[in-house]
Amino acid sequence: MKRLVVGAHYGLMDWLAQRITAIIMAAYTVIMFAATLGGVTGSREVWHAFMANGFIRFITFLFIISLCYHAWVGVRDIWMDYVKPATIRVTLHVLTLLALVGYAGWAVQIIWRLP
Amino acid sequence: MTNATRTVQFKIYRYDPDRDAKPYMQDISVELESTDRKLLDAMVKLKAQDDSISFRRSCREGVCGSDAMNINGKNGLACLAAMEGFPEGKPIVLRPLPGLPVIRDLIVDMTQFFKQYNSIKPYLINNDPPPERERLQSPEDREELNGLYECILCACCSTACPSFWWNPDKFVGPAGLLAAYRFIADTRDQATSERLDDLEDPYRLFRCHTIMNCVDVCPKGLNPTKAIGRSRK
Repeated sequence: MKRLVVGAHYGLMDWLAQRITAIIMAAYTVIMFAATLGGVTGSREVWHAFMANGFIRFITFLFIISLCYHAWVGVRDIWMDYVKPATIRVTLHVLTLLALVGYAGWAVQIIWRLP
Repeated sequence: MTNATRTVQFKIYRYDPDRDAKPYMQDISVELESTDRKLLDAMVKLKAQDDSISFRRSCREGVCGSDAMNINGKNGLACLAAMEGFPEGKPIVLRPLPGLPVIRDLIVDMTQFFKQYNSIKPYLINNDPPPERERLQSPEDREELNGLYECILCACCSTACPSFWWNPDKFVGPAGLLAAYRFIADTRDQATSERLDDLEDPYRLFRCHTIMNCVDVCPKGLNPTKAIGRSRK
């Protein structure tokens, strides 16, 4: 008989993380929407100064990290549901992880205008 | 009351693995009297007409849960589905519960479903010596079990759940999780943390994505999604 292995003990952690990151993203969206209404997209200079603000940079970074973690849990769940062969699944997991880490790094480079 | 007869059309999923190469839908009609009020009454008439049609049935009053099937695309109990609730002139489409292996016609193999149910230890665990008469609860504590203990294990919910379709071997499913919370919420049970620990897995409990098909189809009006949410707390 095939043995089934369940009991990985990270279910709650991921579930909670997905909710918390969702709240962070929602809050960021509200802040950015309010800023847009406040006219920060009026001219390039205003927008540039706004995004150069330390606090805005910090929450943008927080948003990107939340987005990546949220997407990781969600996309991983899709692979877990639909892709059964272990080799293909692990490959997809690794590709997803690499892509998300890459996006996060790229975002950091953009936010802090790194060379 | 008049005893007028009327003809009702059916489209029924037929599959006998001994005879049929693959399943097919059979068109069949039946004469009903006004006393044939529920779908199960009509099916009993159908069976009298063509005794090769197979389905499970027992109590005919929504207590045993054996006549669960997919009725016009939605899981339910044939004995609780009122004939007058079906649109006139359209055939009633009957299929077996989705996601479980078909044994014959509308009869499915429930092994996987009960395996998951048994995996949550659906019995009271209490290591204290049994009292003279019974383990008592306060009315408030007993109230906690309402909406949980009434499950008849008909499998309408679990077989309507996409998460159960994709991972029936790993995801406990709404029926099993409702039962799990029934014992988690029971003040007489002493294995609460073991029970929660057993569910703490990305598959067993957390494969539920709050699709809520289970709540939509439950013939007893129960809410497994709510029980799952409480277990997570």
